[in-house]
Amino acid sequence: MNEIIVAASLNNADKVLDFIEQAATGLGFKEQTQLRIAAEEVFVNIASYAYSPSSGDVRIRVSSDAEAVTVEFADKGKPYNPLEHSDPDISLPLQEREIGGLGLLMAKKLTDHIEYQRSGELNILTIRKNCKH
Amino acid sequence: MEINKKQDGESLVLQCAGRLDTTTAPMLEAELLPAFDESENVVLDFADLIYVSSAGLRVLLKAQKKADAINGSLVLQNISEEIKEVFDMTGFSDILTLE
Repeated sequence: MNEIIVAASLNNADKVLDFIEQAATGLGFKEQTQLRIAAEEVFVNIASYAYSPSSGDVRIRVSSDAEAVTVEFADKGKPYNPLEHSDPDISLPLQEREIGGLGLLMAKKLTDHIEYQRSGELNILTIRKNCKH
Repeated sequence: MEINKKQDGESLVLQCAGRLDTTTAPMLEAELLPAFDESENVVLDFADLIYVSSAGLRVLLKAQKKADAINGSLVLQNISEEIKEVFDMTGFSDILTLE
């Protein structure tokens, strides 16, 4: 297992995503890209809201096996389950479209499994991407 | 991400290479929105773009609204299969012009 702890800040997005990409062995290019997008959306969500207006850290753990890559994000921010929100309406006309909620929708659709858990003082969001054989 | 700007007849073309993500989306926004002051018709050439996240979608949505507001056009060209999937899953295929 690989682990990194960084400040939950948008400035760290590249660092975190590069770390995940290097640790996520066994995925093809397409799955790797999809996992990176999903991870970006989760990290950006945490960096934008978990500690706002204060700040704090996020711990990222990546584990890979022959079947899948699993990425776990843990923060000590406000208790918040992003999966409770309903998906945005993606059939609205242009002028009524808003961007809120799209990131999480992408994270859901680009992964094989997504799960939220509150554990003690931690918000833990886990995403999994299966290896294609 | 690298952005290359060129004039092609009536259109202004922005060639984008790399990733359109939370880090690079502000770069595209800074080039794309003012582009409509130079030309009503703007083309985004995504031949060398490998990745679009929701931060990138936000910029494209803003630009499409601006194009509509001035009766101009925004056309996206050379979309990879992976990026097309992102547009499809978010309903952006219906509100953007893809060629």
